[in-house]
Amino acid sequence: MKVQQLSIFLENKVGRLLETTEVLAQHDINIRAMSLAETKSFGIVRLIVENTERACDLLKMHNFTVEITDVIAVEVNDTPGQLSLVLRTLHDNNLNVEYAYAFVERKQNKAVIIIRMEEIEKAMELLQTKGIKTLTQQELYQ
Amino acid sequence: MIWQEEFECMSPDDMRKLQQQRLIDLVKRVYEKVPFYKELFDEKGVKPADIKTLDDIVKLPFTVKIDLRDNYPFGMFTCPVDEVNEIHASSGTTGKPTVVAYTKNDIKLWSIVMGRSIAMAGAQRGDIIQNAYGYGLFTGGLGVHYGALELGLPVVPMSSGNTQKQLQLMHDFNTTIITCTPSYALFMAEEAIDRGIDPRKSPLRIGILGAEPWSQQMRDKIEALWNMTALDIYGLSEIIGPGVAQECPGKNGLHVFADHFYPEILNPITGDPVAPGEDGELVFTTLTKEALPLIRYRTGDITSITYEKCEVCGRTLPRISKLKGRTDDMLIIRGINVFPSQIESVLLDIKGAQPHYQLVVDRKHSLDSLEVQVEINEDFFSDEIKKLEALQEHIQREIESVLSLKVDVSLVEPRSLSRSMGKAKRVIDNRND
Repeated sequence: MKVQQLSIFLENKVGRLLETTEVLAQHDINIRAMSLAETKSFGIVRLIVENTERACDLLKMHNFTVEITDVIAVEVNDTPGQLSLVLRTLHDNNLNVEYAYAFVERKQNKAVIIIRMEEIEKAMELLQTKGIKTLTQQELYQ
Repeated sequence: MIWQEEFECMSPDDMRKLQQQRLIDLVKRVYEKVPFYKELFDEKGVKPADIKTLDDIVKLPFTVKIDLRDNYPFGMFTCPVDEVNEIHASSGTTGKPTVVAYTKNDIKLWSIVMGRSIAMAGAQRGDIIQNAYGYGLFTGGLGVHYGALELGLPVVPMSSGNTQKQLQLMHDFNTTIITCTPSYALFMAEEAIDRGIDPRKSPLRIGILGAEPWSQQMRDKIEALWNMTALDIYGLSEIIGPGVAQECPGKNGLHVFADHFYPEILNPITGDPVAPGEDGELVFTTLTKEALPLIRYRTGDITSITYEKCEVCGRTLPRISKLKGRTDDMLIIRGINVFPSQIESVLLDIKGAQPHYQLVVDRKHSLDSLEVQVEINEDFFSDEIKKLEALQEHIQREIESVLSLKVDVSLVEPRSLSRSMGKAKRVIDNRND
């Protein structure tokens, strides 16, 4: 299953990221994962939240430019070589990663890697055949 | 059709002779009859006798809009108010309105130049004109109306607004010519589509559009939506109203009725003439108007001029380019003249970009810098940095090639640029001197 991610445009202005997170906090929306990309004049913050569509609407109401993008959430054991295994699988099939970020599930000793790429469906099939687990939006929140 | 071939296709020599005699007479007349001009001429040390040829016009002082306001309401007239036939007043967003007046002969002149304009746009017997310029104090409505009467074509005095009725009568009367502002032409087409009417199937074949600046892109859009030829008309109340200059179907500039309105293109800062083809401020002297003649009136409009005969229609009248901006908007950055409209045009051309932008001018280490802030919108927001950066670079390259000036482009969030009075504030100049 694909996972939905929020991508928010941030112009280079003091406090804009804070305002984003405050809108979500006020409406009790939990952030599961976050990645911030920045250039000289603007940035993009990418968020995994529980209720993506509601969060998207709320942010739009607050004049943010937001887009919902599809990503893959891969769950692996938090042990050496696991990320490399995932990337090797994609690489061997000529699938390029656009960007990725990760977080660790301490309690379960697992790591989750969020990957943005083209040909998501094909990548997920491949990972499955290799026995690598991809998570659904719900599973991300269990 | 050429309404007055003897003037519109006059040889350049004959035209100069005509203009020269008219100028000499005009200068005498205003000096005798308008105390404002007598004072102004005396102040500049120029006498009517000093104006012997057309080239002597450069000796004459300028007239500006403020002069009309200072002499509100009737101080600039050559005659008592009971000798005029019609009086108009501009909306005047700041301070007093600008008053303009016409004698019976002035109305005849207005009818003729507007008649020439409508004919130049391609009107023929059988055409019906729907005039959707506002009737009233605004000169657009009545000006077009008089032109239609002059030509003897049926005119429907719709005035502006009431779009549903506009569309209905257009359909029922088989209207072939629409006269209105370009933005209203666009609005009407969109309204038609919303009501399930295909504007492409309307009987309209010509639009005579003006009273506001519009771009080539807007023309393309209007022509495609209505399936008609959209032509630009230029005028301003101070000079006569609409009917100062008009595009022919060649769309290669607006033909100025220079036998009545003598045009000069000047450097807006020095007041010196610029060469044909170069941009400058459009300045008019009304050669024949009676009630309110104006000497070297500064329009504030930026354009360029050519004196070449029009290959398409054969008229010899000088042609001005579509307006490029206003002197009040012009920025000078590192000695280069920059008009916000140039940047607007670039943004419109780039697919995806909307023309909402702001220019920030600064001076760092005694060097001017120009930053162009462009609002991003959902249509072209991408989650991928490289795509946004590519867009940013594309905009930058295009602007730099148009302006020949290095600029910084930043993408900013929608609605983050300040708007004043519902209008966008286009320029922030942080230079202090």
